[in-house]
Amino acid sequence: MNASLTSSLVTTAVGVLLLTAVLQTWRRSAAGSVRLLVIQGLALATLVAALGASRGDVQLLVVAGVVALVKAGLLPWALGRTATGRLVERDSAVRPAIGLLGATVLTMFAYAVSDPLRGGDQSAAARAIPAGMALVLIGFWILLTRHSAVSQLVGFVVLDNGIAMVAFLTSDGLPLTVELGATLDVLLVVVILRTLTTRMRNTHGSTSVDDLTELRD
Amino acid sequence: MTVFLWLPVLVPTVLGAIIAWRHSDAFARFVPLVVALVILACGIALVAKGQVVTSSVLRADATSSYVLLCVGAVAVVALWGGLSAQSLDVRSDALICAFLAAMSLAVLSDNLGVMWVAIEATTIATAFLVGHAGTRGATEAAWKYVVLGSVGVAIAFLGIVLVYASSRASGAPTLSWVALTSGGISLSPHLARAGVALAVLGFATKAGLAPMHSWLPDAHSQAPAPVSGLMSGVLLSVAMYAILRVQAVGAAHIGVGLVHGMLLTFGLLSLAVAALLTLTQRDYKRLLAYSSIEHMGIIALGVGSGTSLGLMAALLHMLGHGVVKAAMFVVAGRVLNVTGSSRIASVTGLLKRRPDLGWPFLVGSAALLGFPPFVTFFTEVAILVALTEAGLWWAAGAAALLLLVTFIGIARQVLSMALGAPDLHPESGDHALVADRPSRFRTAPVAIALLSGAAISFLALVFVPVLGAAAAALGVSR
Repeated sequence: MNASLTSSLVTTAVGVLLLTAVLQTWRRSAAGSVRLLVIQGLALATLVAALGASRGDVQLLVVAGVVALVKAGLLPWALGRTATGRLVERDSAVRPAIGLLGATVLTMFAYAVSDPLRGGDQSAAARAIPAGMALVLIGFWILLTRHSAVSQLVGFVVLDNGIAMVAFLTSDGLPLTVELGATLDVLLVVVILRTLTTRMRNTHGSTSVDDLTELRD
Repeated sequence: MTVFLWLPVLVPTVLGAIIAWRHSDAFARFVPLVVALVILACGIALVAKGQVVTSSVLRADATSSYVLLCVGAVAVVALWGGLSAQSLDVRSDALICAFLAAMSLAVLSDNLGVMWVAIEATTIATAFLVGHAGTRGATEAAWKYVVLGSVGVAIAFLGIVLVYASSRASGAPTLSWVALTSGGISLSPHLARAGVALAVLGFATKAGLAPMHSWLPDAHSQAPAPVSGLMSGVLLSVAMYAILRVQAVGAAHIGVGLVHGMLLTFGLLSLAVAALLTLTQRDYKRLLAYSSIEHMGIIALGVGSGTSLGLMAALLHMLGHGVVKAAMFVVAGRVLNVTGSSRIASVTGLLKRRPDLGWPFLVGSAALLGFPPFVTFFTEVAILVALTEAGLWWAAGAAALLLLVTFIGIARQVLSMALGAPDLHPESGDHALVADRPSRFRTAPVAIALLSGAAISFLALVFVPVLGAAAAALGVSR
């Protein structure tokens, strides 16, 4: 694959990843959040595939397939089965505008501090590393500001997508066994949290993390 | 010798799969204990051999052999003591097997990535064990545990990703711990620094160090007793082991100042949190949980001192605290069975009412508080000495003060439970959850644990060579 095509594919995928993450801070409906995750997963898979094709790395293409299957298929599917209907009232601790502003500030911060991580590398992939860090920070932001269990799960997945992005952009991904093990772990964590969400609805009558107040000192 | 590397990983995996598949109760109850005995035996064998054993991705040096021994010893105490009338269901037994397999893999793998995968897998295996009771509290504890645990460990993963990226500078990127510490490769310093710091921060969450400890008291107080014992003695210790491995990578490339500074901060904060919250604690299972935070803080201080004395004492403290705490959770679980309440105020006169539970509870608390002749006394003194020797007298002074406050807090609560008239709350007997009669079979593991907590002090000479080798393997020889 020629260099300019790779470069534009990487840039587009990174743009979509960042955009979907920022939009998550603004979305109100659970189903919408999950749809954004599907798009984000596909963008991540595209990014991996573009990197693999440009380096002629078959293993990376296999990983791209796994990423597409898990991040754009299984994960949103597992989430979507919980995310029926609207999110709980007053899901977010902050107004949507503040949520967006927070995401913007965090993105700028990520670009400001991630420079040393590039190590002087000027390729399209290396220039995108700060976007991965931005995803990690936005994932945290969602975890901090959202109160419904499903939104927290979405935040966790965005955080994880960010880490995966950094892994692929800095070192073409981790060794295959570690990559697969980590993917499986994240999938299982989401499935477990989904089950706990269902249980929470049965025991607490809601899925708002605010209602978890039984245990305190 | 390679068989001792594979048995601790394969036996729990295979037996766990069998009981999950067969679903028969009679056989399943004893499987976790059998698995724990196998792990303990392998740990002892590897420690006794005293050589580095390698087989594909698995590797045991002095540090991993010793920690495997700790894992086995704690698991035997917790699971033997936990064998009771009110047995866990088959699914829980299978999950405990999965947990032990993952812990063994984390300790025995030579690859930081595989170690991470195994530690994350323990969150998965223990999630439903924490939520086992199915009550509001248990569900809440499980949710907080999984969210905080996974996010913390995800940060560690980002750290490991950066360490891997930093090793690209040498041409052949690797996550092998041996390769990363051998000095044969060079890491790009910015990436390595960020990676090591994030990995330590992430694993510190899993080790229950303050200020990332908030999941720990909830999870420990809601889980069934043997699971609390396993989490306190095994899970926290293995997370600490991961920090040790990461700090060795840091020591080989970017110096130790960063990691040791972090550990000293976390350690003192943990002691402070434990001191504040044991004073006002009203739930005895949570009291034990805060005591675990305290002890993890002590271990972090030992490692953070940067001396070989501090590291060796920290490793010995890991074993002493682990077995005693597992026994204490087992006893606390039985007290809960008998009284039906985990409130400190509703338990009095334990010594008169149930001497078979009261005495172990009192003696075990003494061990946790660091009374001689228990090993915790000697290791705590050694860690304070190590801190002073390293010129960190302010940390030693602060730690001593905080330990004193915690001492007062825990001693007051435990004495109010042990002493007093047993008939103050005659109605509490009616709340008994299950019939729990004194039984030698169930007292034995507690007695063995407390005796070994004291015996280790006198067997210290036996442990010194392996502890020294462990410290040397981690690159600390000062």
